[in-house]
Amino acid sequence: MLKDIAFIFGTTFMYATPLLYGALGGVFSENSGVVNIGIEGMMTIGAFSGAASTFILLELYGNALWVPWAGFLIAGLAGCFLALLHAIACITFRADQVVSGIAINFLGPGLAMFLGGRIFGGSGTTPTIPLEAKLIRPFDTILKGKPLLGMMLNQYISVYIVFSLVGISWYILYKTKFGIRLRAVGEHPKAADTLGINVYQMRYIAVLISGFLSGLGGASLSMAIIANFRPTLVSGQGFIALAAMIFGKWKPQGAMWACLLFGVTTALQIYLGSPAVGLKISTHLLSMIPYIITLIVLMGFVGKSSGPAANGIPYEKGKR
Amino acid sequence: MFKRGGTLLLVLLLTMGIFTGCGGQQPQQKNESEDSQEREVLKIGMVTDVGGVYDKAFNQSAWEGLQRARDELGIEIGYQESKQEADYEDNLERLVEQENDLVWGVGYIMGKQVKEAALNYPDIKFGIIDNTYDEIPKNLQPVIFKDQESSFLVGYIAGKMTKTNKVGFIGGVKGDVIDRFEYGYMTGVKYANSDCELLSQYAGAFDKPAIGRSIAESMYGKGADIIFHASGDTGNGMIAVAQEKNKYAIGVDRDQSKEAPDHVITSAIKKVDNAMFNVAKDLKEGKWNGGETIVYGLSEGGVDIAPTSDKHVPKEILDEVEKLKKKIIDGEIKIPQNEAEYKAMK
Repeated sequence: MLKDIAFIFGTTFMYATPLLYGALGGVFSENSGVVNIGIEGMMTIGAFSGAASTFILLELYGNALWVPWAGFLIAGLAGCFLALLHAIACITFRADQVVSGIAINFLGPGLAMFLGGRIFGGSGTTPTIPLEAKLIRPFDTILKGKPLLGMMLNQYISVYIVFSLVGISWYILYKTKFGIRLRAVGEHPKAADTLGINVYQMRYIAVLISGFLSGLGGASLSMAIIANFRPTLVSGQGFIALAAMIFGKWKPQGAMWACLLFGVTTALQIYLGSPAVGLKISTHLLSMIPYIITLIVLMGFVGKSSGPAANGIPYEKGKR
Repeated sequence: MFKRGGTLLLVLLLTMGIFTGCGGQQPQQKNESEDSQEREVLKIGMVTDVGGVYDKAFNQSAWEGLQRARDELGIEIGYQESKQEADYEDNLERLVEQENDLVWGVGYIMGKQVKEAALNYPDIKFGIIDNTYDEIPKNLQPVIFKDQESSFLVGYIAGKMTKTNKVGFIGGVKGDVIDRFEYGYMTGVKYANSDCELLSQYAGAFDKPAIGRSIAESMYGKGADIIFHASGDTGNGMIAVAQEKNKYAIGVDRDQSKEAPDHVITSAIKKVDNAMFNVAKDLKEGKWNGGETIVYGLSEGGVDIAPTSDKHVPKEILDEVEKLKKKIIDGEIKIPQNEAEYKAMK
């Protein structure tokens, strides 16, 4: 019994982590008024770049401590690169933000598979990185020989990073001048502009942060949950992250609870399907659990969610 | 006005990026030795499923078989990659238009399309891997593999090597093909060690490594020390956990020991390349067995355990495995391929 709870706890956090990176990315972008449905594409390119660059650095410099961190950082920057395209289209050229986001979602996987094919041959699956070159598990040595605590807390550093990012994001968005300006730009850009805030600049920064976080989310899949990139790796998690952000009412802490809910339902799905429980339910039905619970929670408990007022509306200086 | 033009340009650029992105790694059709000498040469083409020709699994193996046929038999070969399910039909047609003598569909998911094509083009020969039908047209050659035999052998190894008397099985999606793996494995485990407990669970998908990971965590957590998977990419999550927890894993379809050399002790491999080569060889010699299913098992060299198994599996066990192979080939051991046969055997 205790073991089962520990398992569900551990799986919840493991599964929620990539989603939460993406959702936090969405929080930044959309609070500044730029809809970002390109999270999926940014996560994919991040997952690829993280795994690929770690593998290449490993070949070049051997098994140094900084290698996985460099890979993680490069993943974020790769996400930034796609985010920059999104920002140029949506902010400078005032393109339709949804259309641009869709383009990003095609571009991310396409680019990853193209580069993967060029560098490693084949269909874009990167070679497996050895355990020592994956992201670290900070409590691995302390938790050796403690199976219960190990199941719960022996997680990769990416998990701890993302949950601290929730607090940091909250602080930035609600307690700093920068954050308040960012939200002002998303609520009423004209008023912000009148007061001397550079709307374009704020939005650019927000979209780039969003890309960086999504890229990290992808890397948390390819460098922690498994040890390589493959084209099927992200498969829709960027969209779940997007849903979690809306579900969490565009707030970092809300997004966290939503991601944990997705995580716990997935853990429950696996737990209920395990032979120990002995339920004779088809796996097809079990895999619906996360979505059904989400629908129920959305209908019953969450209430109306409304985003930033100027979300999705391009800002044009001097327009009435 | 300029802004709008700029937007259009940008969208155009992005879209082009997508197409070049796909085009680069995916040569639409690659016909080796283009100038055919008066159609004396046999021409064989294959359609891959969505994995593509370099998927390091199934499709790649099939393509390697054809390449061998080209090198050794002088056959002209080519392939078409499918990006999505809707492509199967078009790709089959394209290979027909290119005047191939034999057109392969690789993977049971295009079973329906291959049969339709075979009925539409009775003069052309077709083949399908991992699928068969109740009524088979004369120009269609289905090939299936006795995955239960290789699964039995890895099950035997698991049953002998477990120290906790508990082993696991992770399946992708329940169905005829994965049933062969599950029940073959189960029988092997029990054959080696009748007290051994088997934990078996399906992930419900072939492409969800995070789910494979959690299932493996739960199984290792419950005391299993060896897990076998037949779940495609989902199994990658299992291999990751085996590394972290320093437990053993068993791979599938090809030799997966490269993924984690110290933890993947063996793999149940499937030699699609042999099947592709043999059919090509027969065809060259004027033999064609269309209309009937060819079954590739141990005796035909269609399935086996990975050649790298001797790294972790003790020699005594491997020797016994060799003896078991003989018994299976001679028909002394019958291995069930689904639940009904498994129950009937007890």
